[in-house]
Amino acid sequence: MSKKEEIIRVDHITKRYDENAVLDDFSLSVHEGEVVVIVGPSGCGKSTILRIMNGLEPIQKGEVTYRGEKVDGKLGSITRIREKVGMVFQSYELFPHKTILQNVMLAPLLVQKRDRKEVKEEALQLLARVGLSEKKNAYPRQLSGGQKQRVAIVRALAMHPEVLLFDEVTAALDPEMVREVLDVLLSLAKEGKTMVIVTHEMSFAKAVADRVIFLDGGHLEEEGTASEFFDHPKTERAKQFLHTFTYDKVEREEER
Amino acid sequence: MQNLGIDVLFKGSNMMRLLGGLWVSLRISLIAVFFSVILGVPLGILMSRNSRIIRAITRLYLEIVRIMPQMVLLFIVFFGTTRVFGWNLDAEVASVIVFSFWGCAEMSDLVRGALISIPKHQYESAKALGMNSFAVFFFIILPQTIRRLLPLSINLVTRMIKTTSLVMMIGVVEVLKVGQQIIEANRTSSPNAAFGVYGTVFLLYFIGCWPISMLSKYLEKKWKND
Ligand SMILES: Nc1ncnc2c1ncn2[C@@H]1O[C@H](COP(=O)(O)OP(=O)(O)OP(=O)(O)O)[C@@H](O)[C@H]1O
Ligand SMILES: [Mg+2]
Repeated sequence: MSKKEEIIRVDHITKRYDENAVLDDFSLSVHEGEVVVIVGPSGCGKSTILRIMNGLEPIQKGEVTYRGEKVDGKLGSITRIREKVGMVFQSYELFPHKTILQNVMLAPLLVQKRDRKEVKEEALQLLARVGLSEKKNAYPRQLSGGQKQRVAIVRALAMHPEVLLFDEVTAALDPEMVREVLDVLLSLAKEGKTMVIVTHEMSFAKAVADRVIFLDGGHLEEEGTASEFFDHPKTERAKQFLHTFTYDKVEREEER
Repeated sequence: MQNLGIDVLFKGSNMMRLLGGLWVSLRISLIAVFFSVILGVPLGILMSRNSRIIRAITRLYLEIVRIMPQMVLLFIVFFGTTRVFGWNLDAEVASVIVFSFWGCAEMSDLVRGALISIPKHQYESAKALGMNSFAVFFFIILPQTIRRLLPLSINLVTRMIKTTSLVMMIGVVEVLKVGQQIIEANRTSSPNAAFGVYGTVFLLYFIGCWPISMLSKYLEKKWKND
């Protein structure tokens, strides 16, 4: 791992809402080309970590850096960092007043001031890649949840981010749409994109992760490669957690 | 024609006088709408920030405007100020003040409602794309707010135009007052004038408000799912 450059560094951070510590002395570093998957029970602070990495939440202690530069929502440098740190949320928030193509093109034009023709070409290519070329002039309300989420991913990709943060991007989707979105993530992983993924889809996590972070109650409880974590979890908490995703066969008491 | 009482409108300059009265009504409402927007929009933006003090003050303001009949407000401003402060307020100026006071309250509440109805995630997705607060507000939040706001504020404008009929109570000669004067003046020669004149006033209000109301319906439909 050490040969690859460190992109994001989360250094002993503490995050409190009122008096409740949501994250306590949490550290994580993300290296170039790495896919880090964060799993853990609901409410353990997974979304909070991603939001902090993008400067959307203030922290009380510690520091987050992007390539050595401080990530802080209050600093002017944050917009430049966010250009490089793409984020996709659970609730696929496209801009409802803009068409699909406009959604994708807006930030590259407005924020990066890139050439319109070049941006449009790339946006169309990206839409084709996720199978949504024919929706380019549609409005978000005309798309299914899975389609909207694919557009949200494309919208983040159009900024040429160096890292992508995905927060349970399939949690709000109907089961049959989960696959089409996860396939996009898998193909990004194959390309070698650096990603931090929060997910409840364990078989997907196992397939995509280089490294798994298991979080519980705001602590890093266990960390390891995908096969280490899923096949040979070390801690009791991790075993319990993974067990919640399996079901024992119901043994019926036969009447005789 | 005689028994419908429309003939009086064609006597002398009666029709022109009626139209002049309509213009007075429209002028009062348009100036009041102008002030309501100019003052109501910033106030609404302020109200959407949650500061306790601002919220308490604006709540009180909104409640007063809602509870108090517009007529009472007109009387207070027109007659009350003359007595208490010794101002000699022009009736039309008093009307504009009252209608702006009312419109501004309603407008600010509409703006606040539209702003807080924009989901938090709209701000965050825009920020996550590297937009600064200025870009987020002008390219993402404002267009969506205006879409939600426009049909409602157009509705407010038509209500304001209609309610201007009250200003004749403080002596402003607007369309309804002109109508009354015409009827009075022709009481003996055309006893049926009331029907024709008030019917025409009705039509004039209709012509004034209907296109505005249609525009609001059209916009509402067009932006329904945004
Ligand atoms: N704005 C807030 N104010 C107060 N508490 C909050 C706020 N946002 C989150 N929390 C709390 O912080 C904790 C962590 O929240 P977070 O959203 O990071 O959990 P999560 O791991 O993403 O959960 P899930 O799997 O359900 O999405 C939760 O206990 C939550 O109740
Ligand atoms: Mg979450």
